Amino acid sequence: MSDPRTAIIGERLKTVKSVIAVSSGKGGVGKSFVASVLALSLARKGCAVGFLDLDFTSPSSHVILDVGKQLPKEEKGLVPPIVHGLRYMSVVYYSAGRATPLRGSEATDVLVELLAVTKWGKLDYLVLDMPPGLGDVTLDLLRFVGGVKFLVVTTPSKLAFETVRKLLDLLKEAKVAVLGVVENMKADDSTWIKGQVERMGIPYLGTIPYDSKIEENIGDIEGLLRTRFGEATSELSGKIEASP
Amino acid sequence: MHEWALAEAVVSAVSDTAEKEGLRKVSVVNLKMGELQQIDVGIFRFALSQLFSGKLKDAKVHISRTRARLKCRKCGHAWSFDKKKLDESEREAIHFVPEIAHVYVRCPSCRSPDFEVERGRGVWILSIEGEKEA
Repeated sequence: MSDPRTAIIGERLKTVKSVIAVSSGKGGVGKSFVASVLALSLARKGCAVGFLDLDFTSPSSHVILDVGKQLPKEEKGLVPPIVHGLRYMSVVYYSAGRATPLRGSEATDVLVELLAVTKWGKLDYLVLDMPPGLGDVTLDLLRFVGGVKFLVVTTPSKLAFETVRKLLDLLKEAKVAVLGVVENMKADDSTWIKGQVERMGIPYLGTIPYDSKIEENIGDIEGLLRTRFGEATSELSGKIEASP
Repeated sequence: MHEWALAEAVVSAVSDTAEKEGLRKVSVVNLKMGELQQIDVGIFRFALSQLFSGKLKDAKVHISRTRARLKCRKCGHAWSFDKKKLDESEREAIHFVPEIAHVYVRCPSCRSPDFEVERGRGVWILSIEGEKEA
């Protein structure tokens, strides 16, 4: 007995040039903000960008991006609606704003289902907003999506980096491409994280400053892009575009 | 037409298996279809008939349907999925992503959302039959 869905995932992603998983070992480091604003910045540069929120139990990108009420269209599969220039997909379309309690194996099934039935069309980038840590979704992504590249988010905190180091070790061991590490919520001149990342032989992609204005710009796309956070993430998108 | 995407997945998986097993022709595809995903069998069969080509051109499809059986992880109560207890939008959401059942369905005994779908989730390939290459 076999699950047919996994056989079609490669085909569904054939039209996507680059799949970028925005990930971290820890929650609360700003993954969803970075993923959302990175995707917007890439789209503003003229790239065709898709966005998939893989944080099934605690999704938040739909709030950051104020995705509205459009639903995916059924066209021999599910075609995500275009939201602020992004092809946006999330389980929130189906959960009606209610809690979505899932165990690991159930999260795997959601991941496989969405990858099997979502029709992205031609994309330059598919940005994935990952759940924190090294759980089922991260492991399943490595299992089912060949060629995925990781953009790892940390904060200046040694605690955050302790978990990020483990994620980077795992990715290195699995020979998964890491675009680099970005240091979010930077508030001082410390170079400790930069040194740690470079010692691991991984590109350090720079800093995003701590920005108290970001909270008041949630859901306001132009406002988000104008914040210091937005400007720094736009710079980051240039580095992502320039990555091999 | 979400069924079409699942039919494409079946065609892709059967083609891969036929290739691996050195079949020159697939004659029968045996599928199991779980009730929870509420797949329209007519649309699904139509999609398969349109998508079958090459080695799969003349394949017959046998579909056995399985009732969805849920079991609470908290109190152990087991029960059958009853779509009539859900409204249309809830049924449709579960159709697209069956795990969304954890949003709308509760254990009838203790109201827990923490239950296992013991059987009857979605589409599975049970077996394929065919003729080996000489």
